[in-house]
Amino acid sequence: MAQRIVIDPITRIEGHLRIEASLDATNKITAAYSSGTMVRGIEKILVGRDPREAWAFAQRACGVCTTVHSFASIRSVEDALGIKIPKAANLIRNLMIAQQYVHDHVMHFYHLHALDWVDVVSCLKADPAQTSTIQQQISSWPNSSPSYFKGIQNKVQAIVDSGQLSIFANAYWGHPAYKLPPEINLLAVAHYLEALDWQRDATKIHTIFGGKNPHPNFVVGGVPMPIDPNSDTALNAERLSIINDSIEKMIAFVDQVYLPDLLAIAPYYLEYGSVGEGLGNFLTWGEFPGENNSDVSQFLVPRAVILNRDLSHIEQPDPRDFARMQEFVSRSWYNYNGGNDKGLHPWKGETRFNYTGPKPPYDYLDVEKQYSWLKAPRWAETPMEVGPLARVLAMYAGGHEQTKELVNFILSSLNVPITAVFSTLGRTAARAVETKVFADAMRVYYDDLVAEIKAGNTKTFDDSKWEPTTWPLHAEGFGYMEAPRGALGHWIVIEGGKIKNYQMVVPTTWNGSPRDHKDQPGAYEASLVGHTLAKPEWPLEVLRTIHSFDPCMACAIHMIDANGDKVSETATGLDICFR
Amino acid sequence: MTPITGTKRKVVLGLGNILNRDEGLGIQALRLLEPRSGDFPEFEFLDGGVLGLNLLMLVEECSHLLLLDSVDAKKPAGMVIELSKEKIPLYSGIKMSQHQVTFQEVLGLANIRGNLPENLYLIGIQPEDLSVGLGLSVRVEEALPQVVERAIAVLNNWK
Repeated sequence: MAQRIVIDPITRIEGHLRIEASLDATNKITAAYSSGTMVRGIEKILVGRDPREAWAFAQRACGVCTTVHSFASIRSVEDALGIKIPKAANLIRNLMIAQQYVHDHVMHFYHLHALDWVDVVSCLKADPAQTSTIQQQISSWPNSSPSYFKGIQNKVQAIVDSGQLSIFANAYWGHPAYKLPPEINLLAVAHYLEALDWQRDATKIHTIFGGKNPHPNFVVGGVPMPIDPNSDTALNAERLSIINDSIEKMIAFVDQVYLPDLLAIAPYYLEYGSVGEGLGNFLTWGEFPGENNSDVSQFLVPRAVILNRDLSHIEQPDPRDFARMQEFVSRSWYNYNGGNDKGLHPWKGETRFNYTGPKPPYDYLDVEKQYSWLKAPRWAETPMEVGPLARVLAMYAGGHEQTKELVNFILSSLNVPITAVFSTLGRTAARAVETKVFADAMRVYYDDLVAEIKAGNTKTFDDSKWEPTTWPLHAEGFGYMEAPRGALGHWIVIEGGKIKNYQMVVPTTWNGSPRDHKDQPGAYEASLVGHTLAKPEWPLEVLRTIHSFDPCMACAIHMIDANGDKVSETATGLDICFR
Repeated sequence: MTPITGTKRKVVLGLGNILNRDEGLGIQALRLLEPRSGDFPEFEFLDGGVLGLNLLMLVEECSHLLLLDSVDAKKPAGMVIELSKEKIPLYSGIKMSQHQVTFQEVLGLANIRGNLPENLYLIGIQPEDLSVGLGLSVRVEEALPQVVERAIAVLNNWK
């Protein structure tokens, strides 16, 4: 192979998100349409398989977020078969799930969302001494000297000089909507780079509990790692101490870097406290079970539906409710046997493709007809937002003290009213609030786990229902999971020991859904209406709001101006996975 | 931004998504190679899936990294493609957006951070069918043994 060739390793994207938006004469968005342009079809792969191995396939439905699909899958089987996992196993799972939140949200903030607010190239103009002063004012983080920030500047300068902006390339540097002073840009860039090193410590928990990393192991009935203080291959004192250290480092970064940075950046973008709301309806399946993994009343994050911003009333949604939990396909590229105007509960769900869109490459989708590979999940025929804002509102409305304190602290620090939570800024702040809540919860789960081990309760796996001979002929289960991006559900039907039906309703399907049988928009679609774009050919404002949802797909944005001409087509990856 | 020092890992890393047929050929090649892992006890054989940025730490810890992957080199489907360290583009400038972190960008980031593995090699196959499903296309399937053979040669060379 001596010849030189042009290569392009296949892009790793699980689905593409496409936004089509209409602008009026003042460059204000009047309507938006969200489309998933790549089909998934994982459900078809799972039918006929052993339910105990479903997680190993389901986890690949999203390239990056393998953990959440694995948990949702094994929980669906446990629910169907009535398996109660041991307490130590539940604590270990809670630690893994909390770790995932902290890791994911920090990386989202610095490596995805920050680039919408932080002008990386501008940091070269900063006075490192001033950045140092700011850092020392906002937190006690040790990396705060002028020479430290000068060093960061030099590194960015070297990257710029090399012509390889790499991961920083293709952002809209110099866009007039960037408002931060160079000194705060430098601060954020420094923490962007630090977060890459920080994740080394943050991922140790998964390596230990999952037995390996990447792609840790999961098991229906508990966790695969046994606990044995005297064994080299089990969870022992040495490994526990590594976990303890990892938790400390995660909490320190959240307290001393993430939260202070959020509060340092937000004052420059307060106008985002009144745009980007979307629906005002929120849904969570809930997360962090107590001793009994199926007892919803013990969840840290309540299972909740909030309608029309009304925080005085939360309803508990039942995922088994055939009349309310439904997916609609009247605007999606699927066919239902009983007609496309009716919704189907996921246990009765169908995955039959019916592409009626234009032949690629195309300029526009026919948004008046079917225009997405995403179905439209609805609760009681109403579109819902899922994700950090939904969870924080559920905890806030449910009376969780720490959540209320954090929300009120941020509102008063920024001097904005409570209504500001229903916005792009509110969604972004909610992500930081729950990161803090879940990071602190890890400390509690860890202490509880150590107490269990000391008490001799070292069982981590319930094998009573492992053999298919112990299963009923027919069983249906629901696997909940609050993924970092929002409520994830796996609905499984088991018959004769095999999977008869399997449907996932993933967070990005809720948030990125197309319109439905009643022409109601999904969360992305609703949230974009009203944004005014400074430079429509660089739709940065759209990215800020779409990124605040943390979508799980790559994105191509189409802008249509008042005359119907295409203004820009920007291949803009929103994220690298689909869930 | 501290360069990693100390013990370095030697890794064979399969990449790709097994749910999209040929897209997952790197993982299938890894599975075919794994029975020979006993000949190379100092190497780890890992399934990297499509974990993107999450693989950065692993990459930076390696002194030797052999990648098995699907590669679009605009060649006939099933052709085995090999790239030595200097031929692997560290990121694709035009197609890249700031948030679609492909494995090339992971390598680019490792390079900027001064942690690119000293020994880096890629063996891949031009894919044919990237649709949803589990099996490989016939031409890719037939090319897999050749990838395994070449991988063993590279590992022997690195011994």
